[in-house]
Amino acid sequence: MIKVLKTGMLTTVQDIGRVGYRNIGVPLSGSMDSISAGIANGLLNNHKNDAVLEITMLGPKLAFLKAAKIAISGAELSAKINNTSIINNKVYFLKKGDVLSFGAAIKGIRCYLAVEGGFQTEKILKSRSFYAGITSQEKLNENDTIPFNSQLENTNNFKGLLKNKVHFFETNELEVYKGPEYDLFTPNEKKLLISNKFTVSKDSNRMGYRLEETVIEHTKSIITSPVIPGTVQLTPEGKLIILMKDAQTTGGYPRVLQLSEKSIAILAQKNAKDKISFKKMVSI
Amino acid sequence: MNSNLGKYKLVFKPFGESGVLIEWPKKIDKNILTDIREFVHKNELKKIKYIIDINFVYSSLLIIYDNNLTTYKKIKNVLLKLYDKTDFVENKQRLLWNIPVCYNTKFGIDLQLLASEKKCTINDIIDLHSSINYTVYGIGFLPGFLYLGGLPEKLQYPRKSIPRLNVSKGAVAIGGDQTGVYPQNSPGGWNIIGKTPISIFDIDKVNPIEIQPGDEIKFYSISLMEFAEIEASFKNGFYNLKKVVLND
Repeated sequence: MIKVLKTGMLTTVQDIGRVGYRNIGVPLSGSMDSISAGIANGLLNNHKNDAVLEITMLGPKLAFLKAAKIAISGAELSAKINNTSIINNKVYFLKKGDVLSFGAAIKGIRCYLAVEGGFQTEKILKSRSFYAGITSQEKLNENDTIPFNSQLENTNNFKGLLKNKVHFFETNELEVYKGPEYDLFTPNEKKLLISNKFTVSKDSNRMGYRLEETVIEHTKSIITSPVIPGTVQLTPEGKLIILMKDAQTTGGYPRVLQLSEKSIAILAQKNAKDKISFKKMVSI
Repeated sequence: MNSNLGKYKLVFKPFGESGVLIEWPKKIDKNILTDIREFVHKNELKKIKYIIDINFVYSSLLIIYDNNLTTYKKIKNVLLKLYDKTDFVENKQRLLWNIPVCYNTKFGIDLQLLASEKKCTINDIIDLHSSINYTVYGIGFLPGFLYLGGLPEKLQYPRKSIPRLNVSKGAVAIGGDQTGVYPQNSPGGWNIIGKTPISIFDIDKVNPIEIQPGDEIKFYSISLMEFAEIEASFKNGFYNLKKVVLND
């Protein structure tokens, strides 16, 4: 078990999300940066759907009430075991009583903590991912305890380490496909979407990332239709909203572009004021 | 029930790396809803293992597939053939659900505004709102939110320019040409005319929502006292929503 000594800004339990419940309006949820969550799980030989902690910006302070094998990946948040700094993408063994803490954000904003065997919080609609109204909790609070499976008896001496100096998310270019309403717009308008640089707004969260610039004011409306994580919506005021993992399942704004899963992961590491641009891919 | 041969010209679009968006003619139409439902409930569609998620609303359907197991082109061809094929369709009964609503101004905080804007009495609004069978065109937006069609023009009214920060769960409201029930506390810009004491979406149940697209909803007016009674019996698990089978 882990005990939360300090909460940090926003720490949630996430897995790959609630697949199969779009028909009743339940958002997918799951790790915003699925690539980093996958790396952390992979280093421990976990299943890719094992639950991890998604740690946002200002990390928590966590006491391990039993021994554990862990790995962190994604954002660099100045993590320490007791008083010793640790690095991303490496397996560490923790003893009972060790404290894992986080400090200043160096690169990216979402860090994933995986523990061998995965976190074992309640499973609702086949997923442990926190979401208000579905799980009983929407974020970790002080003094919460989080159970995990530990099979340290069987541990071998494998010390996984990925040697990547540059993170995949250190790019400002997001790969996009055409959205369902892309072709409603003129060639000039399309050019504006693809060639402009955009700024991440502070009104960005797990539901969606808003971009500050006004691109194309329009009066095109659509009948409400399905949307998915990565859908780029264009509001009548001409602003872009990129839907993320906790987004609603349906929407009424034109869907002009669609991010790849990799681009969603890259965007999930961007902070307010960061710049991004789109790179159009040939549709599948 | 056997479906007719593909009645509509469908438009297929790739949506992301693992989605197929299928568009019917872009309008709100009960025949289109029936056609989508029959397609979704075809037995062969249900047997396709690489389909992992489905949702539809109004005139479009999204199918999410496992892109490790198939490609967009392959699944598109499978779905096109399936649409044109006469296949056994599971006989999905449509139900009419009766939802209790307390239209007291304690809950219906925008009733007065609507009545004065529409130059009628509050009772006129209640009578009209509770006289209609609304069709469920889809579920989305929030877990358990029903997209309802059939709001009479007389009751249509634009949503508020500044949304309220917190609309309580169960609020019954009007936004533009739509009416609906807020399934959980959330911000919202619709005009609130009442409240239902029951939960349409209950996460503690194996099947959190029984109402399905294609079903119909009728609201009926209850007093403040009845609201309290139903709320209590619902909480204790003694209240069952009233439903009748619609004969198609």
